[in-house]
Amino acid sequence: MNAESLSIPLAQGMLLAGVLFAFGLIGLLVRRNLIFMLMSVEIMLNAAGLAFIVAGAHWGQADGQVMFLFILTLAAAEVSVGLALVLQLYRQFQTLDADAMSRLWG
Amino acid sequence: MTGAFYLASLVAAVSTGLVITSLNAVHALLYLIVSFLAVAVVFFILGAPFIAMLEIIIYAGAIMVLFVFVVMMLNLGRRAIEQEAGWLTPRIWIGPSILSATLLVELLYLFGSGILSQAGGITVQAPKQVSVVLLGPYLVGVELASMLLLPGLVGAYHVGRQLKSENA
Repeated sequence: MNAESLSIPLAQGMLLAGVLFAFGLIGLLVRRNLIFMLMSVEIMLNAAGLAFIVAGAHWGQADGQVMFLFILTLAAAEVSVGLALVLQLYRQFQTLDADAMSRLWG
Repeated sequence: MTGAFYLASLVAAVSTGLVITSLNAVHALLYLIVSFLAVAVVFFILGAPFIAMLEIIIYAGAIMVLFVFVVMMLNLGRRAIEQEAGWLTPRIWIGPSILSATLLVELLYLFGSGILSQAGGITVQAPKQVSVVLLGPYLVGVELASMLLLPGLVGAYHVGRQLKSENA
């Protein structure tokens, strides 16, 4: 425990992760531009990874960094499919407004 | 060292707030890159240098390049040139430059003072430890990640293709 007393307290790292996650959530709920919504999702994934790193640093385990690697993989796969969807929707609707795409048809 | 953590946290929070409030996609991307760099500095301070490098290479590098590609592809109109001229005025770079310079000064201070080492008080989780855990107990997770990435690649190619009906 003596090595941990010198490092960053768990609560403050978690607070930073919470603040970043809240920003991402607010951005996702407020913005209607699909690019901004994807960016907010990236912010939220990054904040979740930060929480894992903070916890891993606090307990002195490498598992937190492994979880961040998985989150990074997930974010890369998610953003590639998401941006492909954005491109396709822009070709269909000529706009990036998410509200314009609220109706489905066959 | 705690002060450095607070400074990097402040830069991360401010730039993230500017991401979700800026009206222009390119300006938001600039601030998002600064936000990822700030989080990478936080990772350094937390004793995760490998993850900090990955954050810069993959998040601030690869994923942001994807975003920039799509933003630039979506604006291929006749207004594109004047739009880009409006985006890239020198005034735009002031905010991200100040935040990035703060991070740079902080990082130089951290490296110069020798805090970012095992003797400096940080418990560094070396890449070797991470990879031992990653390819040991989490081997199934690595396989699952590869099974996620391949459908991601195929799905992105399939969804993003040009439909034939549009060309007619």
